[in-house]
Amino acid sequence: MFGWEFPPFHTGGLGTACEGLTKCLSKNGVELIFVLPKKLDLNVDFLKVVYADDNIPIKKQYYFNSIIQGYTTHKSYENKYELEKEKDLIYASNLNEEVERYGLVAKRIAEEETFDIIHAHDWLTFKAGMMAKRVSGKKLIVHVHATEFDRCGGQGCNQHVYDIEKKGMQEADQIIAISDYTKKQIVKHYGISPKKVIVIHNGTQFEEFILNEVSNLKKSKKIVLSLGRITLQKGIDYLISAARIVLQYDRNVIFVIAGNGDMYEEIVRKVSDMGIADNFIFTGWVKDKNEIKKMYSMADLFIMPSVSEPFGLVPLEAQMCGTPSLISKQSGVAEIFSNCLKADFWDVNDMADKIVAVLKYNELHKTLNENGKEEVKKLTWDKPAVRCMDLYKKMMEEVN
Amino acid sequence: MVSVCFYFQVHQPYRVKKYTIFDIGNNSNYFYDDGDNKRNNEKILRKVSNKCYLPANAVLLELLNKYPEFKISFSFSGVFLEQLEEFAPDVLDSFKKLVDTGQVEILAETYYHSLAFLYSKGEFREQVKLHENLIKRLFGLTPKVFRNTELIYSNEVAREVEAMGYKGILSEGSDNILGWRSPNFLYRPISTKKIKVLTKNYRLSDDLAFRFSEKSWKEWPLTAPKYVEWVNAINGNGNVLNLFMDYETFGEHQWEETGIFEFMRHLPGEILKHPDNNFKTPSEVIDSYNVMGDFDVPHLMSWADVERDLSAWLGNEIQHSAINKVYFLGHRVLKTKDEELIHKWRKLQTSDHFYYMCTKWFADGDVHKYFNPYESPYDAFISFMNVLQDLELRLEKYEMMNPDEKCNLSSSNFNNIYKFNSLLNNKSEGMINGNN
Repeated sequence: MFGWEFPPFHTGGLGTACEGLTKCLSKNGVELIFVLPKKLDLNVDFLKVVYADDNIPIKKQYYFNSIIQGYTTHKSYENKYELEKEKDLIYASNLNEEVERYGLVAKRIAEEETFDIIHAHDWLTFKAGMMAKRVSGKKLIVHVHATEFDRCGGQGCNQHVYDIEKKGMQEADQIIAISDYTKKQIVKHYGISPKKVIVIHNGTQFEEFILNEVSNLKKSKKIVLSLGRITLQKGIDYLISAARIVLQYDRNVIFVIAGNGDMYEEIVRKVSDMGIADNFIFTGWVKDKNEIKKMYSMADLFIMPSVSEPFGLVPLEAQMCGTPSLISKQSGVAEIFSNCLKADFWDVNDMADKIVAVLKYNELHKTLNENGKEEVKKLTWDKPAVRCMDLYKKMMEEVN
Repeated sequence: MVSVCFYFQVHQPYRVKKYTIFDIGNNSNYFYDDGDNKRNNEKILRKVSNKCYLPANAVLLELLNKYPEFKISFSFSGVFLEQLEEFAPDVLDSFKKLVDTGQVEILAETYYHSLAFLYSKGEFREQVKLHENLIKRLFGLTPKVFRNTELIYSNEVAREVEAMGYKGILSEGSDNILGWRSPNFLYRPISTKKIKVLTKNYRLSDDLAFRFSEKSWKEWPLTAPKYVEWVNAINGNGNVLNLFMDYETFGEHQWEETGIFEFMRHLPGEILKHPDNNFKTPSEVIDSYNVMGDFDVPHLMSWADVERDLSAWLGNEIQHSAINKVYFLGHRVLKTKDEELIHKWRKLQTSDHFYYMCTKWFADGDVHKYFNPYESPYDAFISFMNVLQDLELRLEKYEMMNPDEKCNLSSSNFNNIYKFNSLLNNKSEGMINGNN
């Protein structure tokens, strides 16, 4: 299995998903060799092997020394490279070459290891997956958590990334999409036959969090929270338009925007131009897991207004912390999560109506919360993992 | 002798339109959604008329004319008949033609298909009276037998209905209510004097209403001769076969392609082949047979779902808060004597509004979702509560203009709301005790 991030070193949903899936697969007796890029200490070799222990359920993990991280873009890679190149010269000078390098590492591992199926998560690993398929002749699954069309949020896609994605999907024997939403993207934008794409929704690991302290802010205000990258994809500009309407009906609401991204300054400026800056708090990135949970718990409503969201784990996490959600219908999680409010990301009136309602009608908040929590408890990785294993079995039988 | 007693429930609510915060204070049109959606009452009525009411009425008229012994009964909600007058007078005429045969009985119910009995006896009586007036005006008949919304029943309902002068009442007849006893006899509600209760034979009723088109059912496909074998088997074990169902079974729940209309076309002839079978309306059943024993239902129940309880309407907090708010406003609404406002408020009492807020099986996406005109129970709640906000604004406006009229809540007729909630809690305890 090829990944690009894995907890505790991760920045987004992909790492969390890989952890949940691999844990459940291992529990069910699947032996996994997991390969991922990770910036290693200088005194360590360029490949490091870690065997299963109490912390890592996976039989064997390969760390390949690289500065690729989750959600690396060409630009962020080059920035990082600038910082690192003085110290170390093993990394390639641009992302394209680094992805190629990952492929070569994959080739070496595939020659040494024995395995039945190759499973590659998202485009950065597709070259690695294809290379492993070429040397081993084993079947390849590419698992699509997001496409370039999600990441660019309507702005120009990177042709190089698109090409790798398309090639990976074409060479794969089977594609897993994490939602119907993503499956449609794959069929529409990459010209792949829908028959080749199976949808396996992500699961989650339920961890209830109850906050006992009540902050001063919470005592006097109602809090609406959003958390994520501040990019076109995440739809924060629609949220602020809805917020302006909400504030006409209820001045007593604070919108907390947690996260950062290329639209950060634009959003701050817009909020101030609208004259509603007093009702906004921008926190920047919140890294500490416990802090994030506290923020979730403090909120009266969590909002995920994404323009395009292949899955979207955050509302499920907010729900575990006792906060119901309003989510964009243009998200994968909307396909499997019922006990929440839903709106089209562009329908700011509908969004405002629902925000006001959940803040005004306590019983609505309570019923959403109780039913939502029960539902999230059932959205574990067990079912997705079993479906994954069924797929492995089917593909191995086809070989025999 | 087996008397087959058909009762068809015919009801359509005034669904609340998508009513947002922007409408509050600006728009007192609550029910007329003219969009292309499942809340457009006129469109739905037209659709169901074409699929069910018109073709089913045609079949029944043909049968009533062909077999003078064939009898049926209907219960029409007032809000349904009002919509027929408003949107589909041709359909109303087709019902009138059935009634004109003289082989049709019409039952009493609340005009607004409401849960008023649970919240205010005064409001309940008023709505039954309004319904009676409407039936008299449209069909020239006065109902003698009562059926409560969704067959909601308890000893208390029977006592109240007897006091109102009815000679019969309808009830669910499932096993958890009747125990070892058969639904095929009449019973006497406990601590009543004269009123008789007819209990639904849920197996044979549901064979038509729910299982008819189910291909996995071992009896599929169901034919009229096979069904009548089961009917004939009652001879010697009962007086009456109560087949109670939604009229929308014909053509809407069971589509025409399932053969339901053909089945119905053959059924009366098959039943009458047996010399000991006949058809009777509920009143005729009551006049013909004596009661077999007492019928004791201390706790509220209904004909809905496997639970046969009230949880489809009053199962979660949003449902409770919405309905409590409706009745909480009651005294103030009635004080205005503004007929249009009172009528609107009463339309908000229709049980369907609360049904749409049911979250019991929401995540499983089953029948409740299919019939839900809103995208989610939460959306149903939001529109409904926004409407109540507007209604309250209108009350405040009225009270400001008529300061003397401002009501004293403590003298309200609607103060048994909280009493009812505690009653529901007792009920669940009662069920547990009953099972022990």
